[in-house]
Amino acid sequence: MSEFITALTDHAFLRTALLAGLLASIGCGVIGTYVVVKRIAFLAGGIAHSVLGGMGAALYFGFDPLLGALIAALVSALIIGGVRLAWSAQEDTLVGALWAIGMAVGILFIAKTPGYSTDLMSYLFGNILLVPQRDLWLMAGLDLALVLTVALFYRQFLAVSFDEEFARLRGVPVTFFYLLLLCLVAVTVVLLIQVVGLILVIALLTLPAAVAGHYVHSLGGMMVIATLLGIGFTSGGLALSYTPDLPAGPTIILLAGAVYVASAVLSGLLTRRRARRLAQRPVPAAMPAVGGILGPAGPNP
Amino acid sequence: MSPTLHQAPSQSLSQSLSQAGSGSLSQPVIAVENLGFSYGDNPVLVGVDLVIAAGEFLGLVGPNAGGKSTLLKLILGLLAPQTGRIRVLGRPPREARRQLGYVPQYPTFPRDFPISVEQVVLMGRLGLGSQLGWYRPADRVAVRAALAEVEALDLAPRRIGTLSGGQLQRVLLARALVGEPRILILDEPTANIDQRVEGDIFELLARLNARLTILVVSHDIAFISGYVKRVACLNRTLICHRTEAVDGDLLHRLYHADVRAVAHGH
Repeated sequence: MSEFITALTDHAFLRTALLAGLLASIGCGVIGTYVVVKRIAFLAGGIAHSVLGGMGAALYFGFDPLLGALIAALVSALIIGGVRLAWSAQEDTLVGALWAIGMAVGILFIAKTPGYSTDLMSYLFGNILLVPQRDLWLMAGLDLALVLTVALFYRQFLAVSFDEEFARLRGVPVTFFYLLLLCLVAVTVVLLIQVVGLILVIALLTLPAAVAGHYVHSLGGMMVIATLLGIGFTSGGLALSYTPDLPAGPTIILLAGAVYVASAVLSGLLTRRRARRLAQRPVPAAMPAVGGILGPAGPNP
Repeated sequence: MSPTLHQAPSQSLSQSLSQAGSGSLSQPVIAVENLGFSYGDNPVLVGVDLVIAAGEFLGLVGPNAGGKSTLLKLILGLLAPQTGRIRVLGRPPREARRQLGYVPQYPTFPRDFPISVEQVVLMGRLGLGSQLGWYRPADRVAVRAALAEVEALDLAPRRIGTLSGGQLQRVLLARALVGEPRILILDEPTANIDQRVEGDIFELLARLNARLTILVVSHDIAFISGYVKRVACLNRTLICHRTEAVDGDLLHRLYHADVRAVAHGH
């Protein structure tokens, strides 16, 4: 660990990597909270994987792959959202199909791109150590867009996540906000691809928020805690991977996964202990009224 | 010349008088005409006519799958009529939506959602005032008033998943009331709670009826007939009756089976 801290002062690329992790964590904390409470992890997975289509196309036509990823993520978010709204009965089949089709398109484009061969692994599994400085600005811009949108429409997103039918009755344009939420998920996916790659994105999108959900019971609280956990996971994973020279992406995910499992066990134990203590408590305050009625009839003299 | 001059104002006076008269109690707040709706090949509602006047407390009863919830969804504008038409407060349902307070039969949200009772009730304020940013202090005042009205003020900081069935119904009622509705629509508000609490909730509705028109769906005709002013019986088609007319013959026609009528006074 101390070796990592020394390296941090020596190497600019490590500081960039740390900053990239921090910027990605804001997205994963804020939007990951919605993914967890609205239970759209599968949709988010579909969006993440079909992004490869856009990255491949961008590479083939000579654009910035990250720009291609952003466009592909937004398009696939709208398609997946449209599919869910129009054919909700076959949602899982259709999302699964888009998931695979997007990847297939991407791999064909990459295969036909002249001179290309090495970067596929870093798209799939990310490489936080190779994030270029200028991408940090793009990531910061995307974070700002995410946080501003959520802050402006916090009530609407909360209502649409909690109870779509009631939100519709209160005049909230539910379809619009649902699709907007999926677009925010798409933007977050692009943020996280830099760090852990598109296959592992889904873990960072769900695990920090899920751990936060074990302990706090408000959406805003979950967002803050999940962001802090995300920073902990990315920085911690980066530090752990440095000395044994492991790939950073999988190390980050394994750290997040381990913390999630430990937290699930711990919060399960805490809940059970609280329930046991409640059961052992003497008669609660509301009960004496019943006791008063039963009292005279109870112990027969 | 002069008689026509005299007549004209008196005519318009009587016209405006009759309009004013119909504008108060007798004007329908909900008018359903020849409504038909089916899911696929399965007709759920056929030729339904229903007029609800301002200030009514109407109980909508009928067997399961008799179309009660579907009729509510049509009145709320969540579904569109396939034949016939619906007017709510003189407008199409979608436009009148925000004047309606709705209490669903089953909570349509996950019980483990990380949200407090106060936050849930605040959602009833959506659609009032500015759409941007966070709630205003006036919204929080309205939420406290609505929770106090349903006698659930102490529940405000609780997490929604920790409430009992009766407490949850009160909170959902507060969420409907806080939007300042003119009509309250409830779908089986007491389906999942015990009978003592059921009575409390209907007492509460009877009090609210002093200022609101109320439409309540129930499968329990015997129970609600003690509270509501009029009962409408729905089994694909609609038969309207006053409270007194609920008898064995009607129950038989409605449920196609003998139902033991339970006599009870309130």
